[in-house]
Amino acid sequence: MTLSDTRGAIGGAPVTPRRGVAATAHDSWVVAKRNLRRMTRIPEIVVFGLMQPVMFVLLFSYVMGGAIAIPGAQPSHQTYIEYLMAGIFAQTVTFAVAGASAGIAEDMTKGLVDRFRSLPMSRAAVLTGRTLADLVQTAFILVVLALVALLVGWRIHNGVLDMLAAFGLLLLLGYAFSWIGALIGLSVRSPEAATSAGLIWLFPLTFVSNAFVPVSSMPDWLQPVAYWNPFSATVQACRSLFGNQLGPVPDSWPMQHAALVSVVWSLVIMAVFSWLAVRKYRRAAG
Amino acid sequence: MAAAIEAENLVKTFGDVRALDGVSLDVPEGTVLGLLGPNGAGKTTTVRVLTTLLQPDSGRATVAGVDVLKHPNEVRSLIGLSGQYAAVDEYLTGRENLQMVGELYQMSARDAKKRALELLEWFNLSEAMDRTAKTYSGGMRRRLDLAAALVVRPPVMFLDEPTTGLDPRNRIALWEVIETLVEQGTTLLLTTQYLEEADRLAHDIAVVDHGKVIARGTADELKRQIGGERIEVVVRAAGLVPEAVAALTPYAKGDPTVEKNTRRITVPVSGGARVLADAIRELDTRSIEIDDIGLRRPTLDDVFLSLTGHATEGGADEDEDGGAATARKGRRGQGKDA
Ligand SMILES: Nc1ncnc2c1ncn2[C@@H]1O[C@H](COP(=O)(O)OP(=O)(O)OP(=O)(O)O)[C@@H](O)[C@H]1O
Ligand SMILES: [Mg+2]
Repeated sequence: MTLSDTRGAIGGAPVTPRRGVAATAHDSWVVAKRNLRRMTRIPEIVVFGLMQPVMFVLLFSYVMGGAIAIPGAQPSHQTYIEYLMAGIFAQTVTFAVAGASAGIAEDMTKGLVDRFRSLPMSRAAVLTGRTLADLVQTAFILVVLALVALLVGWRIHNGVLDMLAAFGLLLLLGYAFSWIGALIGLSVRSPEAATSAGLIWLFPLTFVSNAFVPVSSMPDWLQPVAYWNPFSATVQACRSLFGNQLGPVPDSWPMQHAALVSVVWSLVIMAVFSWLAVRKYRRAAG
Repeated sequence: MAAAIEAENLVKTFGDVRALDGVSLDVPEGTVLGLLGPNGAGKTTTVRVLTTLLQPDSGRATVAGVDVLKHPNEVRSLIGLSGQYAAVDEYLTGRENLQMVGELYQMSARDAKKRALELLEWFNLSEAMDRTAKTYSGGMRRRLDLAAALVVRPPVMFLDEPTTGLDPRNRIALWEVIETLVEQGTTLLLTTQYLEEADRLAHDIAVVDHGKVIARGTADELKRQIGGERIEVVVRAAGLVPEAVAALTPYAKGDPTVEKNTRRITVPVSGGARVLADAIRELDTRSIEIDDIGLRRPTLDDVFLSLTGHATEGGADEDEDGGAATARKGRRGQGKDA
């Protein structure tokens, strides 16, 4: 059949746009589905997203495990990997930022965003759909990473519910951070720049923390920074929930109330950055 | 008839570039306006402003009576857009692309699927529908993008160079789709580089250059405005030129022009074939040998080149102000770009 056969047969009907939360949720889901489909078409992204943390687990635990002293235990591969995993998990979920920033930047540079912007759809949905899809990808990566960690000696000691709570905190942190990624992606407008811009600030953030070495081993002036780091709170909370806290919890308020601090930080980050990102998208969209 | 698209004094600057310098236009309901203009004239920028993708620095616009700046979201539910560059997701299949657009128009998943299949068939993409758009040729992407603009039946459509990159068969097929849409009441703003396309599809033509509408009218009006018919004669030898000019002068409605090296004489005339016959007879009586003679009517190409001052060969576009078109401004200095 050719185009000319459409004479008199072009169907379709005008629409009236729906409004409100239900419409936003629906549109976000449609965009999320699109992004998840894309991920299955470009599996390299997930594979590389997995390789980095897996490599970190192996390198840190086997190469450095014997040298890093964890308070309350002798340096060894076994004690260090238990200490390490909460940090690796948290680093993995925050590195998902780069995915969001590169993905959004790519959408903005390719013509597709013009299609979205010319449709009577929710303005927030392009970003929400992206962050939701990233959340699913992050969850998948966490599961695979957990299995790898179990293989090389990581153990949890507090039961399944605590473990699920810990993964909940991790995913919440990851979701909050993907909004930072969305804002970066909207600001940079080149996928390549977005990848570096999405990653570079994460190194100080994740290293000036309790993720890989005890904060007590850092210079005095750096310790409060590390303790109040939103990243440290999530790491500490997960470490305790996994039963991987070998010595006493450090005597610092955010560490003593790590789960609460983690949730508050995540919600604040999410609120601030989703507001900024949606506003920026609206502006760009005119 | 009410104007389905109305723009008043749109101005948009990008740094030093004044992309739109006071564009005004109106498209009556159910008609097609062809936007012509050289590269960088501001056609795409105009389309982007009217489709809510770009905020103008100043000016006013309505689509189907709705203010584009004040109520962009209402406008979005009234328009269909196919931009200059295909807006498709390369990693989705053709079918998934259209289905997604349908769902974003709030169709149910089932309706969106059905509509996608229909459109894919009409746009000759059925065979490729389960391949990712990444594997599509340029023309296939273009067609997929056009299909996306037709997922619902918006009363007002904007097509920015819709047939660029299509092969002749698909181009003609698309013209037929557009004609059908217009027959059924759709209002269309179309930009194009193919003057033949504007001639065939557009009721009205606006010529844009340097961010301004420099001429407006039907294709015929514009053609008449830059000069009516003319007789073109190529004489056998250069020495015959003066005599031939003398022979043709009685029929001329303006000054004849001569291209020396091609021995071509162009004489504006009116009266069509009868004048041509007379002229041939006259030349014959005087035994002036000719290589070629013909009656020529201006094409939209002539209009385009003449109005936008991008014609570099002399002769073909002498000034002629007898036309009835509503041009606001004549052509620019000749050879501006030479
Ligand atoms: N985003 C932008 N940033 C800077 N300049 C721009 C931008 N968009 C358009 N321009 C400039 O505005 C002018 C008009 O561009 P526009 O794309 O509207 O032209 P056009 O008539 O569609 O041309 P073409 O026939 O090549 O598609 C050009 O000089 C272009 O360089
Ligand atoms: Mg253009």
